[in-house]
Order: sequence, then C-alpha cells, then structure tokens
Amino acid sequence: MKTSDLLASAVANTFRSKLRTTLTVLALFIGAFTLTLTTAVGAGVTDYVTKQVASLGANDVFIISGGAQANANDGPAEYDPETSTASDGTGAGPLAAGGALTEADLETLSATEGLTKVSPVRSVAFDYIQNGEGTKYEFTANPASSITQADLVAGEQLSSGSTENQVVLPSDYLEPLGYATGADAVGQKVSLGLTDILGNKHTVDATIVGVAQKSLLAQGAGINQALTNSAADLQMAGIQTLNPRYAIATAHFDASLPAADIDALKKTVVDEGFSVQTIQDQLGVITTVIAGIVGVLNAFAIIALLAASFGIVNTLLMSVQERTREIGLMKAMGMRSGRVFALFSLEATFIGFLGSALGAIFAVLVGTGLSAALAAGPLAALPGLSILLFDPASILGIIILIMAIAFVSGTLPARRAAKQNPIESLRYE
Amino acid sequence: MGSNLIIDAKNISKSYGSGASRFDALKDVSFQVAQGESVAIVGKSGSGKSTLMHLIALLDKPDSGTLEVEGQDALRMKQRELSNFRNKKFGFVFQQFFLTPNTSVLDNVVLPLKISGIKRSERKRRGLDILTSFELESKAANKATALSGGQKQRVVIARALINEPAVIFADEPTGNLDSATGGVVEDTLFALNKKNGITLVIVTHDEELAARCDRRVFLKDGEIVPSLSNKKVKA
Repeated sequence: MKTSDLLASAVANTFRSKLRTTLTVLALFIGAFTLTLTTAVGAGVTDYVTKQVASLGANDVFIISGGAQANANDGPAEYDPETSTASDGTGAGPLAAGGALTEADLETLSATEGLTKVSPVRSVAFDYIQNGEGTKYEFTANPASSITQADLVAGEQLSSGSTENQVVLPSDYLEPLGYATGADAVGQKVSLGLTDILGNKHTVDATIVGVAQKSLLAQGAGINQALTNSAADLQMAGIQTLNPRYAIATAHFDASLPAADIDALKKTVVDEGFSVQTIQDQLGVITTVIAGIVGVLNAFAIIALLAASFGIVNTLLMSVQERTREIGLMKAMGMRSGRVFALFSLEATFIGFLGSALGAIFAVLVGTGLSAALAAGPLAALPGLSILLFDPASILGIIILIMAIAFVSGTLPARRAAKQNPIESLRYE
Repeated sequence: MGSNLIIDAKNISKSYGSGASRFDALKDVSFQVAQGESVAIVGKSGSGKSTLMHLIALLDKPDSGTLEVEGQDALRMKQRELSNFRNKKFGFVFQQFFLTPNTSVLDNVVLPLKISGIKRSERKRRGLDILTSFELESKAANKATALSGGQKQRVVIARALINEPAVIFADEPTGNLDSATGGVVEDTLFALNKKNGITLVIVTHDEELAARCDRRVFLKDGEIVPSLSNKKVKA
C-alpha cells in the first residue's frame, strides 16, 4: 500500500467510529488546551519580567556589594576584621546583598583589570517635585537608575555622560504636574526639593528627558549621574565624612567578552571579597521562579495527557478487536504486517493531531479574549503585561508532542494488529 | 506431472497444539491443481478442508512436506514474497463476505489494488469496469452493508477478480445464500473458469456445488479418501 493511501485510509478509518473518536479526541483536546494556555502564561509573564528587569540595568554592568554571597545561603558568616564589612541592612532593594562598600573597596575595584567606570550608587532623598510654582508632590528617585533602561512611553533614556541634570518621570506623575501627555513633559524643567543633613532646604532644577511606564521592580523616578552627584553634594552640606559607605557600586565591563571570561572576571571580584551580580543573574532568579510555577501548571496538563494516552490505547484496542476480520482480509490479500502496523499507528497519530490542533486553536481563541479582558480589568494596574503570549513555535511544539504521545500509545494496539494471523482473524466471529 | 500444475503439494501435514491437546488437521496429504481446472475440496467440518485451502493459498505453512506454486518452492518464500504472491495471483471469496462496513462498494472492490499500491485513478477505472461487468455499477457509491446477500457475494467475487488472479479460492461461496442467489453466484464463478481460464478451488460441503467442478477431492479426518476422490489431474 502506498504511503499516501495509507494516510488517507487512516484518516477515513478514524471517522468510521465517530463517537469513540470524538471521546478520545476530547481527552487530548483538554490536555492540549491546558498545555497551550500554561505555556502562554509562562511566555507572557517571562516577557513582562524580562522587560521589567531590563529596567533594573544595562547588560554591561556589574552590581557590586560588599561581603560574600555565601551569607544568603549558609547562615551567618563569621566576623573577620580583615574582610567583613558593616551592613546597615537597608541595602537598595533587590540590587544589594551583603555589606557596605568603603572608599578603599572602590579603589580596589577600580584597580581590577576588566572593570571600568566603577562608581558608588549614592542614594539621594528628595522631599518633593514641583513644576514651576505648582503643587509640590512627594518624589522618590531610584538610586540605580543611572544604569537602567526604563520602559519608556515618551522621550529617551537618561544619558550617563551628560552634565545636564536629567530625570525620567514615572507616567503617573504627568497629570498631577500638569502635563497632558508624555510628549508634552519631555524637555520641560522641574524643581526638586531636598533637605541637607543640617536641616537646610535646597532645590535642584532638572530636565525631563523621558517618561517611563510604571514598573514593578524599579520603583521611583530615574535620575542621571549628574543629578545624583549634585543632589548628593547638596545633601551632605559640604561635610566630608571620613569613612563614607555605600550600599552598592556599579562597574562596567565589556559585554562582548565570551561568557567564560565574564565568569572569570566575576570570580576575581568575588575573590577580592565582594558580591557581584549581573542583570542576567538577577533575571535568572526571577525566571527560575516563573519556570517553577509554569512547570507545576504544565505537570497538570501532562497528567491530563497521560490519562488521554490510555484512552488512545483503549480506543485502538477496541478498534483492532472490532476490525479483526478486516485486518485478516487485508493480510490475506497481501498487505504486509509492517503496513498494518503503520496504518494503526497513523490512526493514533491522526487522533493525536485532531485533539491537539483543536485544543490549541481553542486555547488561542479563548486565551486572546481572556487576555484582553484581564488587561482591561484586574491587571490594568500592570501596564505592558499581556498575561497570555502565544508563540507559534511553542504551539507547534505542543501539537508535535501530543502527536508523539499518541503515536507511542498507538504502537501497542498497532503491534497487536500487525501480529494477527490472517486465518485466525478470518475465523474470528 | 506436467509443468501446467499451478499448485503441487506433496505429503503435507499440519497439526495444531501440542502434547495431549495436539490435533492433526492434515496427515500426509498430496494434492495437485492444474492451470484452468475447477477443483472442489469436499468434507465435513473438521475434516481438514479449510486447513488444506489455507496451506495451498499460502496463508499458512505446513509442518512437513513440499509445496510448489507455479513451479516455485513456496516454503522458501519470504514473508514479503508470500504477501506479494497472494496479492498478484490469488483471489479470495469467503462465505461471510468480509466486506468492510461503512465503506463504499467501489472502495471494497479495489482493496487488493490499493494494497498493491496502484494509483487512485487507475483503481477507480478498473473498479468501475469490473462492477459494470457484474451489473453493479449503480451500486458503486453505496455502502457495502446496504446490499442484498447475492449482491454482496458478487461484490466479493468482483474484488477477488480485480487483480486478474490465476486462482480463485472460494470457501463455501454459497453457504450464506438461498439456493436461487447461490445458483447465480455459482454460474458467475464457473463462467469465469470456462471463459477466462481462471483456476477455481472451491471448499464446500455442498455435494451439488462440488458436482459442478471438474474434479472432487474428499477429505476425512485430515486424509484424502481415495475411493470418493477423482485424483486425475486434467491434462
């Protein structure tokens, strides 16, 4: 029998027992539907987090803090006056882990080969932001913003080299400050108020260069290095502490280096007694958590598919039983065992295709509607998040996976059919 | 023995089971069929007549003896060659019809061609040709199960003929039919034998049907009964 005829026969045979096929397809349909949705949720959330984490920093930046990373995992480290540094525990959100950095530490880092532009992240506490003579609003700056990539809705990113005081405004500040749109705000001057350590009030002027989407991970407005420095200097009121401490420092490296060299560089920095992380490391932690959640969801879908695969075995065994004489006849007429096996395997695979394709299509239809409804409703507070992201490649992968499962399930009944003795089969009542 | 023997079985035996449950279905049977003749294998149920047909139709292998088909040693053929031989040279007619339900008459008739890998367009042409010669062309698109008994058996004969076989094996071809329709089916088979020279091997317990054949072979308890059998092979 030619392969094309075999395929056509398999498809036709599938539709001969419509109720049984429908029920088997339904079981696979549920598995495919679930798997498509969970994969889409995984992809949607990962995509969102990737964008969010990009707002934490550029990819050629190390975020360096004092102390060994071991602290996080192995309980408290023993105090060693040589290497241990004091930590105030405040850190800078997700960016810092470990103790504070001293000027001496910064010099060590600057002297390390491979690291350039080592600079401490100086935190600046602003009191308010004001547009001209308008209302004053509370204002927080993200200390790490000079190295971040904001998820912009208007304007452009902060310039780290510029001597101009620059600010990237979160989008929810637009209306209170009297700007109709993000584009209106770009290029405008605002005043930032702060209080120095002696209690005196100061203001700094800054230019709005961009407007950012509200972000989950990077809180506050973005300010560039020039603004950070001028504000921090004002805040210190000209007093130089003998032993200034910084929660974290940033250092640039050549991002075009091979991964092994970057790892070696990280090891060098760790050996010097610091903790070091790249943006990728931080992304890794978050994506691992998401992968875990999606993995659990997928496990449910796989369980559904496993149950469905037994359904296929059962369906086809019944079919082989029912068609015993037909198989015997075909073999008597010269159909070879291999072709009989292929016929039944193809029937199983086709059932798998029907179930998975229908399930995936239905999941995309339902998911697209659901995603739109969620984005407009409960998830409106997370702009930029499309909870379900359908990727054609992963949908194709799911369909192929389910067809493979169906094929494997079909081999047992197909083997039984192929091994049938034509005489016995023809005698079968 | 001349070279016109299409089937030449010598001293073949076949048994099923082992030990105490061992059953000798055929005991040292020799049986020849010449090209173009019609032979009836007659016997009661359990006499071994079906076993003999299965062996000479290459559906099963004897435990001992030799078997030649068209001068070839059938016992040395590989599975693939056996399948191919059955597909090209043999046609089968069974008592229970074995038509595939929910499938059209045409699709049932062209099944042997489909198995041998012939193109769809040619299958259809040859299928319609043969249905026309059986005056069944109007039923081509009907479901096979919707036909009467006589029509079904004629479809089965059309199916057996479609690959232009050398031999047709018929196992109780009229067993499920009333005498009138059975008569029509018999006429059809013998006409093919006479006009087209197709060798006919009929397994039956129907004495009347057996009497219409050129030759009869009686089987009892797995052995040929010489007194009742006409062993002479047509020259």
